[in-house]
Amino acid sequence: MAKPICLIDASKCIGCRGCQVACKQWNQNPAEETTFTGSYENPPALSSTTWMRIMFREQETESGSVEWLMAKQGCMHCAEASCMMACPAGAIYRTEYDTVMVDELKCIGCNYCVAACPFHVIGFDRLANKARKCTFCLDRLENGLKPACANACPTGSITFGDSRELISKARVRVEALQAAGKVNARMYGLDEVGGTGMLYVLADKPEKYGFPADPQVPIQTRFWNTIYAPLRVFVVIAVALGLWSNRAQSKRVEENKAKSK
Amino acid sequence: MTNHWTDYQHSDVFMNIGGNTAENHPISMKWIEKARETKGAKLIAVDPRISRTAAVADVYVSIRPGTNIAYLGGLINYIFENERYHQEYVANYTNASYLINENFSFDETTGLFNGAEDDPVRNATKYNTESWQYQRDADGNALKDPAMEDPNCVLQLMKNHYRMYTIDNVSKITGADPAALTESYDLFSSTGEPGKAGNLLYAMGITQFTHGAQNVRSCAIVQLLLGNMGIAGGGVNAQRGQSNVQGSTDMAILYHILPGYMGTPQQAAHPTLEDYLVKETPAAGWWTNKPKYLVSLLKAFYGDEATAANEFGYQWMPKLDGLDHSHIAQYKDMGEGKVEGMFCWADNPAVSGPSAANKRNYQKNLKWLVSVDVFENETASFWHGPGMNPAEIDTEVFILPGAIGYEKEGSKANSGRWIQWGWQAQKPPGDSKSDLWIVNELFKRIQSIYSAEGGVVPDAITKMFWDYDGPDGEVDIVKVCKDINGYRTTDGSLVTNFVGLQADGSTACGNWLYSGYYNNYEKPATKSRVKEKEGLGFNLGWSFAWPLNRRIVYNRASADLEGKPWNPDAPVVWWDEAQQKWVGNDIPDIPGSWTLEQSTENPFIMLPEGVGRLYSHSALKDGPLPAHYEPAESLVPNLLYPQATYNPVSQRFYADHTVETAEERERYPYIITTYRIVEHFQTGIVTRNLPWLNELMPELFIEISEELADEIGVNNGDKVIIESKRLFKDGDQSGIEAKACITKRFKPMVIDGEARHVVGMPWHWGFKGMSTGSVTNDLTASVGDANTTIPEYKAFLCNVRRAV
Amino acid sequence: MQLTRRSFLKLTGAAAATATLAGVGLNKASASAAEPLRIKHTKEYPTTCTFCGVGCGVICSVRDGLVVNAEGDPGHPINEGTLCSKGSSLFNISYMFEEKGKPVPNPKRLTKPLYRAPGASSYEEKEWDDVLEMIAQRVKDTRDRTLVETVDVGGQQVTVNRTEAISWLGSAFCTDEENYLFHKMARGMGVINIDHCARL
Repeated sequence: MAKPICLIDASKCIGCRGCQVACKQWNQNPAEETTFTGSYENPPALSSTTWMRIMFREQETESGSVEWLMAKQGCMHCAEASCMMACPAGAIYRTEYDTVMVDELKCIGCNYCVAACPFHVIGFDRLANKARKCTFCLDRLENGLKPACANACPTGSITFGDSRELISKARVRVEALQAAGKVNARMYGLDEVGGTGMLYVLADKPEKYGFPADPQVPIQTRFWNTIYAPLRVFVVIAVALGLWSNRAQSKRVEENKAKSK
Repeated sequence: MTNHWTDYQHSDVFMNIGGNTAENHPISMKWIEKARETKGAKLIAVDPRISRTAAVADVYVSIRPGTNIAYLGGLINYIFENERYHQEYVANYTNASYLINENFSFDETTGLFNGAEDDPVRNATKYNTESWQYQRDADGNALKDPAMEDPNCVLQLMKNHYRMYTIDNVSKITGADPAALTESYDLFSSTGEPGKAGNLLYAMGITQFTHGAQNVRSCAIVQLLLGNMGIAGGGVNAQRGQSNVQGSTDMAILYHILPGYMGTPQQAAHPTLEDYLVKETPAAGWWTNKPKYLVSLLKAFYGDEATAANEFGYQWMPKLDGLDHSHIAQYKDMGEGKVEGMFCWADNPAVSGPSAANKRNYQKNLKWLVSVDVFENETASFWHGPGMNPAEIDTEVFILPGAIGYEKEGSKANSGRWIQWGWQAQKPPGDSKSDLWIVNELFKRIQSIYSAEGGVVPDAITKMFWDYDGPDGEVDIVKVCKDINGYRTTDGSLVTNFVGLQADGSTACGNWLYSGYYNNYEKPATKSRVKEKEGLGFNLGWSFAWPLNRRIVYNRASADLEGKPWNPDAPVVWWDEAQQKWVGNDIPDIPGSWTLEQSTENPFIMLPEGVGRLYSHSALKDGPLPAHYEPAESLVPNLLYPQATYNPVSQRFYADHTVETAEERERYPYIITTYRIVEHFQTGIVTRNLPWLNELMPELFIEISEELADEIGVNNGDKVIIESKRLFKDGDQSGIEAKACITKRFKPMVIDGEARHVVGMPWHWGFKGMSTGSVTNDLTASVGDANTTIPEYKAFLCNVRRAV
Repeated sequence: MQLTRRSFLKLTGAAAATATLAGVGLNKASASAAEPLRIKHTKEYPTTCTFCGVGCGVICSVRDGLVVNAEGDPGHPINEGTLCSKGSSLFNISYMFEEKGKPVPNPKRLTKPLYRAPGASSYEEKEWDDVLEMIAQRVKDTRDRTLVETVDVGGQQVTVNRTEAISWLGSAFCTDEENYLFHKMARGMGVINIDHCARL
């Protein structure tokens, strides 16, 4: 069955960040306190209240010209979702639209998903002790509305639609970019981690934009998932018992994550 | 804009010069992208740095701030040298064939046109324009050379004038790479081919110079030469920075005009209404209707009190003294103690004005200040700004809480002249009120005080027609709409449009251009929301565009001499043989009664000569053709005209205000330009109070190249001090603080063989609100354009050093 | 014109879904744990964005007289639902979030007329009646002292009825109707110092 995806054509992103604010507006997320650190990019990382953001990267090309690359960072809604595999509580599930959701009622705040995500897109609300991330605007999808980011995007850099249609559109666009001399232009998310609900067209290598070159489900997550998944019920109890120590740990993870950005 | 936003889909080539459309008008990119996708359109970005527009452009040209005339002059020269101009269009729809007085000349050493005189009032140069005029026969008809070979014809004069704007010279002046110049010129001039459309879009990076009006003229010349005026996808498109700056300009919140672009009466030329009408009404062109519009305006102003016997109240209106009363002049007067009261409506000049620190000091001389805004702004609260001692400041300040767009109803005109209605979604918070309510209540009070107490010339106030209360005692916007749209004074019925206006007092109309926008009460055009299902994007059923719901002005020029569209794929209007009239997808910009021949001779109906002016013999004060001048502050001499420097006609208000000497150039060795970013708005007083936007852009910054950062020892994110001559006080240098954004997107520019650093700053910060920061305009100079007195914000000199 | 009966977001949203997502199955009821659409049972008011000159359409969804959502109008011919970061932040002018999902009024909004007396170091709150009266008195005082009725132009007395002692600035942020009355009021008082941000 066809599924809805977003096609994110980074070559059309103008960095206006209409998507970034539209996401906050629709999802009623508070603003973060930030500082200017020498780049337009802000906040410095995704968090429990910032579910997507635009990354800005400057680079000099071989010909000496300067490129300013911009692209949206947010939950990829992976087919092989590390977060789902890592979640001991079964709180992360796949919707009928093939998007990946955190069920806050079930989330026990263990933070394993945050550590497992190869794209660093899951935020952790320390106060509520819950993992939070992009919902693909599930409430909007169910009511025939596009996700807030795709709705806001002026240039068509983020479009929403049928995966078959958008994959072929992406192919055509990559060919056009390559023909125009962007030799590294490619799709990103078609094959990575089993295919993602956010499919990218990039004009250059993923790492030039700030994406992992070769995103993988962490080995320990895969291991955990295959070995222990059948025993999840017991794990939940064990984890719940040791929750207070986890909270301390999750705080450390958050802090480390903030530092590493 | 001569065209409009959705029309961008028809362009083949876009040139964004003096603007940054992706950041400041992001939704324009929707239509630029559509043109790129559907017809392979190209985007050229001309900007000193790689902006977010330049980042997605097909061709990027880096030019030094303040050299737009050189860049566009190079394009004009390229068009001539390579014969890229639209021959038939230029020959028939412009004044290219008109002969100019033989005495006209331009001195390439001094950079002066003939007729230069000293202007002792302004301590500058002014021109006697007599010899710039058309040659005329005994009957007053302008003489032409249809072959355009006479050395005194406009085309030949222009070819000669622009011959110096070679790639080599332009590269030397602007610092642009010659290959990029040629590539951009070649691409844009390709739209001179009939059927092709070139779109020239700009913003304040064209206008905010001491030669800003001539920058705009350069754009107009390019577009006339290439036959890009009047066509779909063409135009000179001034992208407006505020939601209703088009409307506020149409409504003449400017000292020199009345609503609908009629000049404010002057004491010397217009002592009586008759003087005004005789002198200001041309013999030909659409403005021959001016008496109808002016008398109708007076009727709207003074109602039944305006009669033929009292010149329709003309004498009650103030007359000008021939002097400048724009922003800079007003503040100069304030500094000299001549201004004692000020109204500021959703305006924040203490941040937006040039040399803003000085301006805030001048405000101490005000006895009273009324500020209407939705957030507390720096203008109202200047008295507790940096360096102020409130105890010593006697200004009474009134802050009146206003309403934001969706908290009130009313119309706003976008850049494309679409007058769109907005509905009130919620009431303004607390005791705050719409500005309409406030202005209505205020003037009612003033009228009643004068009615009760009398005063000096009370009639000017008490006789003004002011009846805008609804049955509930609150302001009724429909009554204001009726005033603006126009009505018959006999029975109060609304006029259909300005064609129905009269000069005998039988009609009233507050702004003839808006006539038709509210011409019935049930379904007024401005409230219309019928989106075009298929078509060219004109959307005639959506809102109302002035004039007469026309979406592209001068659209007769979109068709050839026989009335066939140059581009059959995007036909705007055409001549219908059977009906013997103009028809089309837009409202034809030609009177319905005209023959094809009449329309072919007068495609530009607003002008007396009926054709577009490549050469403007009287509209501008600083020359009939643009010539390259340096900004008022510059590091380099005028490389084209050796004895010239900056625009000699430009407006200069203060002595010792700008960098003049070699020693000063050493003290302020960097070229600086200012601009806006998408995340904030103008003085920031709204957006700095929006947490979602502060999150994106939390602090003021200055963009500097990696090379300059190395030279001055600054790391990314460090605090730096920026100094300009405006902040050099009492022998002490004070500067403003910002964080360094070290970027590859600025590069040192090689100007005439020497490397120069260019830096840039946004100007959205001030000392009030959730996010605070220095006022960038504390640095800028109070010098203005020769014609408009718009300040030169876009190019001046500064020093940048590390904050200790 | 009764606009509030129509449902721009939902109608056009559904139309868009039919057009672009036929066969995707988005109209199916979902068994997921998503919250119900938070703009259900709201009235929708179309307006235009308050920021730049593009004139994008915005739909404000209103419940109990308060805006609960402000996003691009998908039926608007220029922006077709899209908005930039400023346009997307309109809601913040009235409300902000300290906590997810719990809007509070923007604390910086002005809600009362304020007055600062000469030499004072703070503002005091006032009632509308008082400030309007005070301002009208200031205008009359200044105008009556400074109005120039006539000037001599080449031996002829010309009526000019102007004062240079009052300045008027703004505004491109206000509607056409407001600006029209601004112009009228300013000229009515004899003000010639008129300007606004079109020049700044």
